[in-house]
Amino acid sequence: MSGRPLTCEEVIEQLFDYLDRELDGQQAADIERHLHRCRDCFTRAEFEKRLRARVAATGTAEAPPRLRRRIRDLIDRFDDEDDATR
Amino acid sequence: MSLAQPITRAPLPGPAIRQRDAPGVAMTERPPGERRQWFAQRLEPLMDRLYGTALRLTRDPDDAEDIVAEAVAKAWARLNELRDPRRFEGWLFHILTNAFISDWRRRQSRPQRPMDPEAPSPDELDICHFTLFQQLHQPFLLWWGNLEEQFFQNLLEEDLQRAIDALPDAFRVAIVLVEVQGYTYEEVSRLLGIPLGTVRSRLSRGRGLLQKMLWQQAREAGVIADHRADTHPGEGGQQP
Ligand SMILES: [Zn+2]
Repeated sequence: MSGRPLTCEEVIEQLFDYLDRELDGQQAADIERHLHRCRDCFTRAEFEKRLRARVAATGTAEAPPRLRRRIRDLIDRFDDEDDATR
Repeated sequence: MSLAQPITRAPLPGPAIRQRDAPGVAMTERPPGERRQWFAQRLEPLMDRLYGTALRLTRDPDDAEDIVAEAVAKAWARLNELRDPRRFEGWLFHILTNAFISDWRRRQSRPQRPMDPEAPSPDELDICHFTLFQQLHQPFLLWWGNLEEQFFQNLLEEDLQRAIDALPDAFRVAIVLVEVQGYTYEEVSRLLGIPLGTVRSRLSRGRGLLQKMLWQQAREAGVIADHRADTHPGEGGQQP
């Protein structure tokens, strides 16, 4: 536990570093301690976390059947090539 | 109120990992048929994430399919480099990311086909640190309901994709690498060959711009009425 508690400004300044897990354990703990006590910063952090989760979810999209076929063919061919080199 | 969950950076291996994935059993020591089956089995549950990530990075379905296929081919060819089979997922996504970055660099070095013809260099843009939260979280509006909640409920997947895709390339790539793929700033710096400070500035400007676009989209779609203090002082806006 570090000495001086963080101000709201300091928390908001480091909020994305915190959400991106760029802070060390002590720094993250200091932020969390503030978030447990401060409704304003907590609300802001929850908002950014929620938006971040929505952005992260855009990294999943149903692979088209065409791509799945292409990958299957690829793997079948690799196996042949692999066998051929033995 | 519920407390913030502590955040830990832990892209842990999935529960499907079995004992035979234990490190030390080199892939090359397995019979070819078993190797192919092992590879296909681990690849299958990752396909939607591979394609989705590739799509966010490239913005183009055909290009996305190409880099997924390229990554799979490279992964197979370099399977003997995979020391710990439990790291297959992270290793494969790393190959995908590198495939995208090489392709991206090639395109950028080709002046006849720039990715963002009309966009100024992102590092020179002066994008204010717009925060959506501040727009939505107006104390004088609280009587009217929770705008933040309303925003999220109306935020469609396709609107968010469109906003991300509309970001200048350098911003979009930084955001996808960090927020979608979970790379550290240091890793992004190494992957893209740019200083750490540039990673930070691209992320910060990219986020500001993304939030501004989402705010504009929400207002244009009528999800958020124009009831900010500067437009309707004291009134708190119209009821929907
Ligand atoms: Zn605070």
